Amino acid sequence: MLTLLTFLPLAVGLFVALLGRDQQKLGRNLAFAASLLSLVLAVKLGLSFDHSLGMQFTERHPWMPSLGMEYYVAVDGLGLLTVLLSALIVPFAMLASWKIENNPKLYFAFMLFLESALFGTFTAQNFVHWFLFWELSLIPGFFLIRLWGGPKRTRAAFQVFVYMMVGSVAMLAAFLALFAVTKTFDFAQLASLAHRDGGLFLKHKMLVTAVFFGVFLGLAIKVPLVPFHTWLPTAYSEAPTGTVMILTGATSKMGVYGFLRILWPIFPEQIHAWRHLLLALAAATVVFPAAAALAQKDLKRMVAYSSINHLGYCMLGIFAAARLTDGSAVFSTDQAAALNGVILQLFNHGLTAAALFYFVGLIEQRGGALRGLNDFGGLRQAAPVFCGLMGIALFASLGLPGLNGFPGEFLIFKGALHLASLTTLLSIPGLLLTAIFLLTILQRVFSGPLPDQWRKWPDLTTTERLTVLPMLALIFVFGIFPQLLTGVANPAVMQMLKPF
Amino acid sequence: MEFIIKYLWLMPTAPLLAAGIGALLHRRQRLLGAGLAIGAILFSFGLACVAFSTTLRGGRATSNFRWFEFGTTSVQLGWVLDPLGAIMAVMVTFVSLLVFVYSVGYMAKDENFTRFFCFLALFAAAMLGLIIANSLLLFFICWELVGLASYLLIGFWFQKPSAAAAAKKAFIVTRIGDLGFLLGILYLYGRAGTLLFYDGGHGCLERNANTGVMMGTTLIALLIFCGAVGKSGQIPLHVWLPDAMEGPTPVSALIHAATMVAAGVFLIARVYPLMTPESLQVVTWVGALTAVFAAAIAVAQNDIKRILAYSTVSQLGYMMMGLGTGGVSVGMFHLTTHACFKALLFMGAGSVIHGCHEEQDIRKMGGLSRRMPVTFMTYAIGMMALCGVPLFFSGFWSKDAILDAAHHWRFSQTPFYLGLVGAFLTAFYMTRQVVLVFFGRSTNQEAEHPRESPPVMTLPLVILAAGAMLLGFFGTPVWPWFQSYLAEDNAVFDFSKLTEGGQLGIMLLSTGLVAVAMMLSGWIYFKKAASADREKDPLETAQPALFALLQHKFYVDEIYEATVVRLTVAFAMFSDWLDRKFWGGLVRAVSWLTVALARLSQTVDETVVNGSFDAGTETVRDSGKWVSLLQNGQTQRYLGAIGLAFCGLLIFLLWGSQ
Repeated sequence: MLTLLTFLPLAVGLFVALLGRDQQKLGRNLAFAASLLSLVLAVKLGLSFDHSLGMQFTERHPWMPSLGMEYYVAVDGLGLLTVLLSALIVPFAMLASWKIENNPKLYFAFMLFLESALFGTFTAQNFVHWFLFWELSLIPGFFLIRLWGGPKRTRAAFQVFVYMMVGSVAMLAAFLALFAVTKTFDFAQLASLAHRDGGLFLKHKMLVTAVFFGVFLGLAIKVPLVPFHTWLPTAYSEAPTGTVMILTGATSKMGVYGFLRILWPIFPEQIHAWRHLLLALAAATVVFPAAAALAQKDLKRMVAYSSINHLGYCMLGIFAAARLTDGSAVFSTDQAAALNGVILQLFNHGLTAAALFYFVGLIEQRGGALRGLNDFGGLRQAAPVFCGLMGIALFASLGLPGLNGFPGEFLIFKGALHLASLTTLLSIPGLLLTAIFLLTILQRVFSGPLPDQWRKWPDLTTTERLTVLPMLALIFVFGIFPQLLTGVANPAVMQMLKPF
Repeated sequence: MEFIIKYLWLMPTAPLLAAGIGALLHRRQRLLGAGLAIGAILFSFGLACVAFSTTLRGGRATSNFRWFEFGTTSVQLGWVLDPLGAIMAVMVTFVSLLVFVYSVGYMAKDENFTRFFCFLALFAAAMLGLIIANSLLLFFICWELVGLASYLLIGFWFQKPSAAAAAKKAFIVTRIGDLGFLLGILYLYGRAGTLLFYDGGHGCLERNANTGVMMGTTLIALLIFCGAVGKSGQIPLHVWLPDAMEGPTPVSALIHAATMVAAGVFLIARVYPLMTPESLQVVTWVGALTAVFAAAIAVAQNDIKRILAYSTVSQLGYMMMGLGTGGVSVGMFHLTTHACFKALLFMGAGSVIHGCHEEQDIRKMGGLSRRMPVTFMTYAIGMMALCGVPLFFSGFWSKDAILDAAHHWRFSQTPFYLGLVGAFLTAFYMTRQVVLVFFGRSTNQEAEHPRESPPVMTLPLVILAAGAMLLGFFGTPVWPWFQSYLAEDNAVFDFSKLTEGGQLGIMLLSTGLVAVAMMLSGWIYFKKAASADREKDPLETAQPALFALLQHKFYVDEIYEATVVRLTVAFAMFSDWLDRKFWGGLVRAVSWLTVALARLSQTVDETVVNGSFDAGTETVRDSGKWVSLLQNGQTQRYLGAIGLAFCGLLIFLLWGSQ
């Protein structure tokens, strides 16, 4: 099942890419059909998911046993939610890119490669296997930005690629060192080794710290965590709308996923030892990008910074929850709250951010490449539905209760406040800054007098409404029934918190 | 009660549904939109009345459910029916119903009429949800939704930049308080392990009372109070409330007089068991200071709605003071009477504005008493209720209860005196307003021929006027029905209570103050209203500096602009700089270093490595030249060589065989 899910987009993508240049429409439609099929498969996976079990849908085959490589895929609640999220975002992003003119078939093929890379990363349980897909995500990402991006696309694409490669190299080196000592690449085995008395390498404190930071760097760049984030605003503002929806909606979640699946279980002592530094970085990731967003004049850059800020809450939850699991009841309730919150936030931010970028993309498209905060005004008069629906996405992003952003942030803060009080208090202004700049968007773009220039601004078309409707519906559904998500996430969290 | 608790959730859900359907309606489906909202609120009102009747004998019923689970526990939500919630629900649905009906007339010409009713219904739903919430978390959720609805309604005329700015300001300023509130919730959650108010003895309010274990601490209480400060417009977060008058007048009546701002007071009443004595002192002081501060500002305002807005801030201060010194019933009683007469005043002001063709400046109005008799009569009743004119007006009884409680407060007498000053100022500015609006002559051409508003607008005024007079009799010292109802015992007639504890003296004192203030103000402004030059206020002539200070609201907005706002902007700029220059610079430095390293290694390659390599290849090439001679392609040479070799081989073999 998982193998089919992972390789279906890859295979269809290859086929589409090899189609003739005159078969653009066929290629695009095929690619979209494949992404829908993946969505169906992912939903089927979710329906047959057993909440009482841990890892499931396991497929395990030896690959190169002498080198510890294994084809090993399985999902738990965390994996399932990230797979579902990716499967939701990709068709949505494809619809947003429907009108791409320059070689759409290739564009859609790259999107399928990206989807395959996402599925692979979220299901692999062995490092080598996981790392292959992790790297695979880079290539389509690079080309999507480089070939279809905005005016500064070349620079943006290279910057992303080099950044990511630095992280990947560090991570690869770290894992090779791990393998040299432990003789395994299996995540679960590594985690259980790490929890035996003394941790991974009893004697080499320096080495284990270096290894830890290697893995950390790779993941931190992906998320990104301040100060490894400078690639993001440029990349997100240069990438085409559909691509940036996948980048923020799903790819950035690879980093958070990595923190939960790899760093948190395998390096408990190191996170604990370095938690002050890590928490400081998390607080910085919450506050500084939120403030920086306030200073931006470009809508895309604003929303890009907001994306960093929202993932900062995830980081806060993860690092705050990273105390040694000594089994004391109070702390594990707070840890469970924080980690559940992180998974909720991860999922919900994906939905909301993708929807937000979709709307910003529409503004850019209608504004004739204008997308400055002050280029518009009073658009609500000309396009009330547009404003109303984008307003929903903005308020979801702001964490309004009743919409999907709130339960996750509430849980993260609930857990983190008791585990890491100071950092949490320092992060609280982030919530206010977020509200300020999101409302500023509503104020500057949609309120005030309507300039003559935009009098004929078209409201959302029926197609556009139908495109965004599922996302907005889910924003409401998960805001009102968060149990749908925590029911899946909580067993995985309990597994993480279980003493070894 | 058991029966009604099952269906209590319908009370907020009905208007919520109306709002949801209203959002999907087309602009032109005006009747349907308004009908849905009014029908829903009528239903809620009926339900609230039934619920209220079941609480008359006291008692409390709850219904809780699991929202979602995490770890080994779960987050519970639920709803509760008790006297406090029931009386509030009746008040809110009643005022909302009248405001909804009134809006049909007031908003008749607005093109977004349908949308307006959608937002109104959303607001009512959120407010009712907050009232029946049995969990601090559900309370907070609805609280935030109230904030959203107020944002939408204040910014309803979004084409006006000032309205859009006011909406944003309201949301942001209240959110500052809400973040404190959220922190308080989180601390309480950590401490009590539950956010349910009542849960069969395990709720966060109950354990406190039953076992004497203090679940709350002063810190938690004060953090929760932060939320109330924001929502109820107390110092220092009061700045949004007067600006919120940018919204349509029914919105002001609904949100900024009767219900939304009352949410903060209701919050403190609801979590009263968590309030420690220390935190109640803070509540009292904040309330007392707000009461005087806002009343003083109101004296120098010229916008009819802004005067009422500051009066609201001031009255909310009284309620807080009542809660701090006298307890739940004192604060809640003033909340109830105030809701009635303040809604009346706002809707009366709306009627005036409507009649004067959107004129809001009281200096330009005048002589409306003859042209708008119904509005005038009802407005006068509301004004006397607000001023606290004795006996027949509800504000007198509820304000007196607060002053009495403040007089008996054991910590300090200052709040009591502040309250008296506030009462004096209130009577002064309300008389000023009424005289300037309804007497004398108008100076505005447009406002010269006002017409009385249609019955759909005046009927709610009449009903509210009746309420503004009658409500007071339910909470007099002689027959304290309201107080007993909240405390769940029976009220008895007892005339001797009137003279107990100096209550009569306080009544006489405040009556005297009010009388003096009204006469003084009347004397000043009747002259002014009749004169031709209405531009300059007599107080301004007498005390220009003081008047300017009051007119500019003690420059609080300017101070915030210069400090908080500027700091935020500076921080935003700094963060942006940090990104572009510092981190970006570091990254660039690393990339330059990398490039430099690459150049260096290139040079090394070319000189050292390639140099020796080149030398090596030269040698190879030279030897190659020699070797290539062996392969020059000339067959004769090859044959020659083969022959030579053959001869050599032959000689070797022959030599060897010997």
